Amino acid sequence: MSTANSVKPKEQKKYSASKRYQKRSQGAEIWRRLKKNKGAMVGLGIVAMLAFIALFADIIIDFETDVIGQNISQRMQLPSRDHLLGTDEVGRDVFFRLLYGTRFSLSVGIVAVIIALVIGVVFGAIAGYFGGAIEEIIMRATDIFASVPHILMGIVIVAALGASTLNLMIAVGISSVPQFIRITRAAVLTVRHAEYVEASRAIGLREASIIFVHIIPNCLSPIIVQTTLRVASAIISASALSFLGLGVPQPSPEWGSMLSSGRQFIRTNSLLTFFPGLAIMITVLALNLLGDGLRDALDPKLRR
Amino acid sequence: MSNKALEVHNLKKYFKTPRGMLHAVDDISFSIEKGRTLGIVGESGCGKSTTGRVILRLLDPTNGEIIFEGRDISKISQRELRKLRAEMQIIFQDPFSSLDPRKTINQIISEPIIVNKIIKSKKAIEERVLELMETVGLAERLINTYPHELDGGRRQRIGIARALAMNPKFIVCDEPVSALDVSIQAQILNLLQRLQKQYGLTYMFITHDLAVVNYFSDDIAVMYLGQIVEKAPAEDLFENPVHPYTKALLSAIPIPETGKKPKRFLLKGEISSPINPKNECRFSKRCSFVVEKCKNSCPGLREIKPEHFVACHLV
Amino acid sequence: MENKNIILDIQDLEVRFEVDGEIIRAVNGVSLTLEKGKTLGLVGETGAGKTTTALAVMHLVPDPPGIISNGNILLNGKDVMGMSKAELEKIRGKEVSMIFQDPMTSLNPVFTIGEQIAESLEIHEQLSRTDAMKKAKEMLELVGIPGSRASDYPHQFSGGMKQRVVIAIALACNPQLLIADEPTTALDVTIQAQVLELMKELKEKYGTAMIMITHDLGIVAEVCDEVAVMYAGRIIEKGTLDQVFNNTLHPYTEGLFNSLPNIKDRKSELLPIPGLMPDPVNLPVGCAFEPRCSYARAECSLRQPESRMVSDHMVCCSAYDHPDFHIKRKGGKYVE
Repeated sequence: MSTANSVKPKEQKKYSASKRYQKRSQGAEIWRRLKKNKGAMVGLGIVAMLAFIALFADIIIDFETDVIGQNISQRMQLPSRDHLLGTDEVGRDVFFRLLYGTRFSLSVGIVAVIIALVIGVVFGAIAGYFGGAIEEIIMRATDIFASVPHILMGIVIVAALGASTLNLMIAVGISSVPQFIRITRAAVLTVRHAEYVEASRAIGLREASIIFVHIIPNCLSPIIVQTTLRVASAIISASALSFLGLGVPQPSPEWGSMLSSGRQFIRTNSLLTFFPGLAIMITVLALNLLGDGLRDALDPKLRR
Repeated sequence: MSNKALEVHNLKKYFKTPRGMLHAVDDISFSIEKGRTLGIVGESGCGKSTTGRVILRLLDPTNGEIIFEGRDISKISQRELRKLRAEMQIIFQDPFSSLDPRKTINQIISEPIIVNKIIKSKKAIEERVLELMETVGLAERLINTYPHELDGGRRQRIGIARALAMNPKFIVCDEPVSALDVSIQAQILNLLQRLQKQYGLTYMFITHDLAVVNYFSDDIAVMYLGQIVEKAPAEDLFENPVHPYTKALLSAIPIPETGKKPKRFLLKGEISSPINPKNECRFSKRCSFVVEKCKNSCPGLREIKPEHFVACHLV
Repeated sequence: MENKNIILDIQDLEVRFEVDGEIIRAVNGVSLTLEKGKTLGLVGETGAGKTTTALAVMHLVPDPPGIISNGNILLNGKDVMGMSKAELEKIRGKEVSMIFQDPMTSLNPVFTIGEQIAESLEIHEQLSRTDAMKKAKEMLELVGIPGSRASDYPHQFSGGMKQRVVIAIALACNPQLLIADEPTTALDVTIQAQVLELMKELKEKYGTAMIMITHDLGIVAEVCDEVAVMYAGRIIEKGTLDQVFNNTLHPYTEGLFNSLPNIKDRKSELLPIPGLMPDPVNLPVGCAFEPRCSYARAECSLRQPESRMVSDHMVCCSAYDHPDFHIKRKGGKYVE
């Protein structure tokens, strides 16, 4: 230790480790606040259940027989004990198809948002931190991108790349990028001028370190909230594209395409459109409730 | 070897704004001897905070020299500067915004040590953090708490501990007690004084509070619109203020005593704009003693008595 | 007793806030009276309960989460707590006005300052728009702003001028009581001097009674006739300016004086009060100041001190049970 300086270290003393005083995690505090929000907890419960179904769908349900196995003699049945939500136009059990469809909806929603997150946060942070010409270029490109309607963007991409689950994820992901760029840039702008950023410069931190150590961790709250909400809209976009026949190909039980094929029978058996629609609605509602709850729980100003 | 910790010559800092050139700091010069405190006093917009930041090169000067321990640092590169960071530090005004809300006290205080690789071993770093906490009066059990869990006084102590972490020789204190309650202010001021005596620190103490600056400084410079209008040893300034602005400033302080008070020097009007200032005394519009000369040329700082400098045509 | 001279009579006021299942005891038994035309300085640090007390007078304590759990507030003999919303709206701005600390947020940015002054006049004095604007310009001149600026917007003014506008709005209808909550804290010291002089002049001219909430004892000495010192939601010392400053009784008040750098004697040491104000959620059973008090005795932590008259004014301190007790500060100066 350098002793040429003016502040001399104290004499040898036995200091105990900081292990004695546990760090009270900020995560625990956020969880406590989230728990108080009834709506958010309902949303969280539903999302957790859906995630569980999606993960274990293969074990519960036999794909061949229950999901795509056709049984024309059993077609168009109303809900009964054998088929909880009835059967569709080729005799497949609607309930099992919905359960299995959770996989597609959730996975498309999550992967699409991850794509958007990675691209959006990087560009948003660069734009927010450096400003000037770089910011102008990125933001104007974002504006142009955002001016194209989501569905149209999705259609173009899928038409170019072909209809498959992966391409659906890419299409929905890319159309969500502008939102993430904007949110990240706004968050970075707020944090960039904070005094603790100036303080870290005074200590001698390099610019790159400042971005990763101080700025991005403080921007996480709005990004996390946005992520949850975007998963909901990604699911809707994916369903819409599938409805148009551009998404997951038949006979996969994606909710949007179930809606689409049920359309022709809407007068005779409206349940075929009702149940998939209900599934989409419940999922999106749950995600929105959770997202709103997270926004409140993460807001540091909501103190006593 | 000079005994001056800091010398500033003709320092200027201008900002470009859509309405013109803002003269935040306009040609100021002063020096501080090792182990002493220079108080810089002024109201909002006078440029004192900007001065503090320019001296530490948190902002780059437009012009002028900053000579720190005999070396001109006004133009050296960021890389060279980083090596000097250990010697010159800053304590910020707002204990709420100068600490990263997502870092614990331990992380905040140890950051300068880790970044500059002063100590390598984790255990030794922690020992140093605990030592610093004890020095500034923070209980050991707070080591893993977050800033928002503590009050303003404790947060300011964290800021002080962070500034001391690298054993600096010179500290810019930018309104370190303005955001604190009166009884806490006194605690922090006493702490800063004790540290100065103990470690031989040189302070540049920026504030708008004249009672505090009188208590705390050896010499005082009064700033107005980017310029130093009077500079003198603290006792001299308070007993014999010369510049009309200094007189007004001193008489404006409400004194917590009953009984008849001397008549106030009230200033007329408001502070004028620091953008594209004309060649006149910047205080002329509010001065009760203004004459023709004041509107035609800007007075420079002149020594009227040993160590007592004033910028006024009428002296 | 109906004393026609008393504009404000607060009796045993208690205010608490219920947030997140916790109870914050902001005001714990405050009683004070104010005569017409006098100025009371309500002194204390952050969290002492001064602003909450002031808001209670105007029945402006946000409810929820604030609850006025006890007490009477008589404004000119009328019970504020029992008033209907309509009655309250009639007296706010007309009989009692309030100015807040931050002039930046007190003014509505989308209306001109003339309109904002006139608004009060139109509502309470039933003046027509033209008459109200005319009077508004007069009010501006009164506070030292050219009347021609009535058509300007708040953002075109500096902080000091905005605060003058706020004062003009507050005084437009000539209220009998003005409550000023740290009106000069956000201002530069020379501007503060101007605003304080203005307030003194207007007070003389209109005979307005005033409650000046501040933590600055210098301002109290400038402007106030009487002083009440608050700590942890209670008034712990109350008397005239002379009594409290020159015959200080409570250890906390003494501590406040000792914390101030003395402009006349720069060498004298600062004697800060150790520790911090107690958490209003967790107030102790005994005296709230006891943990920080250098005169504390064993009985101080056991029960609440009672307010009593000692020599010439009121103090709330158990140490005065002992007739020989006195604090170190005497006659406004530190003495052993």
